[in-house]
Amino acid sequence: MPWRLLRFGLSKSHPEPRMFTTHDTLKPSYDVVIIGGGGHGLASAYYLARDHGITNVAVLEKGYIGGGNTGRNTTIIRSNYLTPEGVKFYDKSVQLWQDLSTEFDLNLFFSTRGHFTLAHTDSAMRTMRWRAEVNKHYGIASEVVGPEDVKRATPQMDLSCGGHAPIQGALYHAPGAVARHDAVAWGYGRGADMRGAEIHQQTAVTGIEVKGGKVVGVHTTRGFIATNKVICAVAGFTPRITDMVGIRTPIYIHPLQAMVSEPMKPWLDSILVSGSLHIYVSQSSRGELVMGASLDPYEVQSTRSTLDFPEGLSAHLLDMFPFLSHVKVVRQWAGMADMTPDFAPIMGMTPVEGFYLDSGWGTWGFKATPVCGKTMAWTVANDKPHELITGFSLDRFRNYALTGEKGAASVGH
Amino acid sequence: MKLMTCPVNGTRPVSEFVYWGEIRPMPDPDACSDDEWAAYVFNRNGAPGVKKEWWCHTPSNTWFIAERDTEKDFVLRTYLYGDDR
Repeated sequence: MPWRLLRFGLSKSHPEPRMFTTHDTLKPSYDVVIIGGGGHGLASAYYLARDHGITNVAVLEKGYIGGGNTGRNTTIIRSNYLTPEGVKFYDKSVQLWQDLSTEFDLNLFFSTRGHFTLAHTDSAMRTMRWRAEVNKHYGIASEVVGPEDVKRATPQMDLSCGGHAPIQGALYHAPGAVARHDAVAWGYGRGADMRGAEIHQQTAVTGIEVKGGKVVGVHTTRGFIATNKVICAVAGFTPRITDMVGIRTPIYIHPLQAMVSEPMKPWLDSILVSGSLHIYVSQSSRGELVMGASLDPYEVQSTRSTLDFPEGLSAHLLDMFPFLSHVKVVRQWAGMADMTPDFAPIMGMTPVEGFYLDSGWGTWGFKATPVCGKTMAWTVANDKPHELITGFSLDRFRNYALTGEKGAASVGH
Repeated sequence: MKLMTCPVNGTRPVSEFVYWGEIRPMPDPDACSDDEWAAYVFNRNGAPGVKKEWWCHTPSNTWFIAERDTEKDFVLRTYLYGDDR
């Protein structure tokens, strides 16, 4: 094997195909330009090509593929949301996830684990019952379980959580899963590339040309592109892009931090979430504990992490699992979460014709990657919002018709 | 540890403070249109920049204004409401 690697290293032409083609130049025009080469943008390019035959598409990525929030989340996939709009939308996503590895011929390490949302108070139990009833109504496997069921799934846990937050019960969601997040971007990217879409990394958008209320082109660091349709799928950079077309949105940016422990032998099967302790944790296929907490408390548009984050998160993790006190933290990082007032995304058409938003993905975007690609591609191809995303439109704020997902989208709110 | 300077109590750990968002002038609710009011209620300036923000030093309940670069997370200055000269 090392000799083979050496031969590739010394050879000028790589005999093995790369994941995607590198294009030296941008074409003067494209049918659709997608800003953002994360999971959402690449999935949109993939479904535009596969389902709608639109292949004259450029995906513009300022950095590298999957280097934004696609590679910065804690990879949890679930559909036990609170609103009918949310439940139907995320359920479709969970269904799409099941077949992705086969579809891409790429191992995404998709692993169905079961997902417990722990309730430490009576009011949390009330929200869990509410969510379970909404979920069951839409055919989602979701039920309220007692502390004994949590104990059976995770015998290592201190159910009293250090004595100050005893577990009353949990919402159990059997389809809850994890996947290797960067592989998802690579899988969608390769699939889009094979079908004719172009992926341009290291290409930042510097402006969007709008004439008579319609998109006519995009300025980039590598020149101007004429196009009538632009999808904005840039997570924490959304306000900078919407400013280019003069659209105001409720989106505000707070960092969300996460960290992983050193690898261990497998011991944690389930995904555990606690709103009261502000923590979510699962064990990856590499054996690392992947952990996240709530948002940083104030607006910052950068991905720097802080020292008080691992300190606080570790303290809460030790409340649940005191035996982890000697385990080391090996990495921490932050992503820029594009938050909305109702904790639901902002998707679909905008007042500027040809400008489509896939935004407001805050802390809940990874699990929605497949369904976002599918519904955004449909929306762009048909020029009307897909039925699954009508509850997520930008004008819901103007109409005071919010999609209140706060009780199910995140921890610690 | 990140620090914030309260105009009354001096420089303290940022964990003693609460962030209350950018200062947003309220339109006259009787004179403005429904759209203007909804824009005031919901819309935010999410792009980075130097912003004037409300902060509160919670142990002393001192509300003040911080001018902060939200990309670099750097506080330029802090002052009490009305002291902006």
